[in-house]
Amino acid sequence: MDNKFIVGLIVSNHFGVLNRVAGLYSKRNYNIDSLAVGETENPEYSRMTIVSTGDKYMEEQVVRQLQKLHDVKLVVVLDEQNSVSVEHMLIKLKANGDRTEISELINTYGGKVMDFSNEYITSEITASSEKIDEFIEKAKLFGILEVCRSGSISMVHGTENMLSINNL
Amino acid sequence: MLLNGAQILVESLVEQGVETVFGYPGGSVLDIYDQLYKNSHRINHVISAHEQGAAHAADGYARVSGRTGVVIATSGPGATNLVTGIANAYLDSVPMVAITGNVASHLLGKDSFQEVDIVGITQPIVKHSYLVKDVKKLSQTIKEAFIIASTGRKGPVLIDIPKSVQKDVCEYISKPVTVKQHNVAFDNDFDAALQAIKQSKKPYIYCGGGVIAAEAEAEVLELSKKLSAPIGLSMMGLTAIPADYELNLGMCGMHGKYASSVAQSEADLVIAVGVRFSDRATGNVDKYSEKCTIIHIDVDAAEIGKNIRKKIGLCGDVKEILNFILPSISSFKNEEWLARIEENKKADKTENDGSFTPRNIISTVQSFCDNDTVIATDVGQHQMWTVQYYQFKKSRTLLTSGGLGTMGYGLGASIGGCIANNKKTTVLFTSDGSFGMNLNELATAVSQKLPIFVIILNNGVLGMVRQWQNAFYEERYSQTTLNRQTDFPMLAKAFGGNGYSATTLEELSDILRNSNNLCAPCIIDCKIDMDEKVLPMIPPGGCINDIILE
Repeated sequence: MDNKFIVGLIVSNHFGVLNRVAGLYSKRNYNIDSLAVGETENPEYSRMTIVSTGDKYMEEQVVRQLQKLHDVKLVVVLDEQNSVSVEHMLIKLKANGDRTEISELINTYGGKVMDFSNEYITSEITASSEKIDEFIEKAKLFGILEVCRSGSISMVHGTENMLSINNL
Repeated sequence: MLLNGAQILVESLVEQGVETVFGYPGGSVLDIYDQLYKNSHRINHVISAHEQGAAHAADGYARVSGRTGVVIATSGPGATNLVTGIANAYLDSVPMVAITGNVASHLLGKDSFQEVDIVGITQPIVKHSYLVKDVKKLSQTIKEAFIIASTGRKGPVLIDIPKSVQKDVCEYISKPVTVKQHNVAFDNDFDAALQAIKQSKKPYIYCGGGVIAAEAEAEVLELSKKLSAPIGLSMMGLTAIPADYELNLGMCGMHGKYASSVAQSEADLVIAVGVRFSDRATGNVDKYSEKCTIIHIDVDAAEIGKNIRKKIGLCGDVKEILNFILPSISSFKNEEWLARIEENKKADKTENDGSFTPRNIISTVQSFCDNDTVIATDVGQHQMWTVQYYQFKKSRTLLTSGGLGTMGYGLGASIGGCIANNKKTTVLFTSDGSFGMNLNELATAVSQKLPIFVIILNNGVLGMVRQWQNAFYEERYSQTTLNRQTDFPMLAKAFGGNGYSATTLEELSDILRNSNNLCAPCIIDCKIDMDEKVLPMIPPGGCINDIILE
């Protein structure tokens, strides 16, 4: 049974690491749905959140193969039970008439208007990936000019965080 | 002490205990070679004919010595020529450090002359790699590279050093380096494993290259004796157990021994040690594990459950794990099981009728070899015949390309192996096809005065592909009939070596007998029939019921 699963990584923060991680997925024939990466509070390390689709076998292989990379310091599988996940999206919608409905939609999803003119509205939405899918579906009604999604980022519940650089 | 990058590299290699390196000079490694020149009394450099040969030599050197092999190449084509050699070492988990020069730092990324992104090119086939941009990090990087290459599951590490970094100067202080070993969460269920062993009536041990890498040969033998369990070997594990040990059934898998494959299929327990269940060794994995419990012991957690999902996994150093469980295992003997095994062994026995066949040629050559003679092969039919018929008695005496199946591996590997074995007589079994790929390394064997017998099983065709075309493609021999007119003895002489042809076992024996105190390679061209087959054969994806014996 294929499911979406999220892997959180702490990796060395130097050039080529992203390439190694992404290369491992492609070499093993695993698909990446989304990948988000950024520096941690310690500039020596970066943190990645990678979303893929696959069965339990693939999930186990992904984790074990990732653990073998020298630049990968920590690997944790994140799910709804142990973590919270959100995604950011910037979306540009056609808006050359009445904007009430668009504004309502954005408000319903807790979005912010970042930029606009007589022809368009650019909004930022932060929500779960599913909610963002939902928003895009509804926004099609108005006409989507552009979409830019960040990919999921996730964080573990509680203070005993397996994915903290304090555990290195 | 102020040293430049090239000096730091040489000092670091000496510190690692490196005595011999293989390589080929060029524009981007001039500084390194200048230091090798000045330090030739400390490090022996062997120049190959082609960087691929040097990489295979470093690989052969590592397999024989158990130490990390080192190869050096220049940027661009020098580096890309290493690729097959690095991949070969990666697939067979051979510890290797490959050092490449690159263009000066300020020229990186500008498509400069002889510039390639060798770190990028080799990324999927290395255990780890470095592009050193700061000379101050060079010493630490080299130390880390050697640790990574030779610990855990071994493998190649590449260090790319721009020319400017070789020239840059810094204070050289040798500090100890620790590489964090990943603590992979793995629940070793020793109780389940011991329980399965206790319940087993028909145990079977499947032993692979990981046993040699972990130096656990004695432990596997002890396990076999304790349980009266027959041993089947993967090709990579072939030398771990002496061929004359009574429960050694020989290689298993596609071209394995009949007795070995049958025993595996009838066993109720397979204890797999240091193996990765390659498709060539298992065939159909569902059928493979249908009737038996499998205990999989390996250093690499990712291998446990990768190809065989239904298993009891024990992850860690193979030697430590075996030593941990051995005291808890009670002696066991099932006479019926042993009788069945003895019966099956008969199918693999054939007599030497004196004919000039691959099997008899290999046996004849063996009669002139010692237990510690290093045997190298290339890839194809001759390789299978060698691993089927040569009776290996000592660990680390076989150099053969397992995972990658690299035609052209053998000559380079035999050069490295011969040097690692104090330049003792070494044998390369090859074929006209494989030998044709990298025969340029004859020049290296001549210049190094290496006593390497090159036995060419010459059938004029690409035999293994031909065999498959015969079996599965209705005898359409597409591009496998070579029609070459190469005179191999003359070729050997052209390179400065010795060359002979043999058409009978007597002639072969005479040549070998008269070639004592050899100090150059010696080709013996043995013409064999083009329709000799490698048997038995279990077709790809098949199982014991599909075995072809004749």
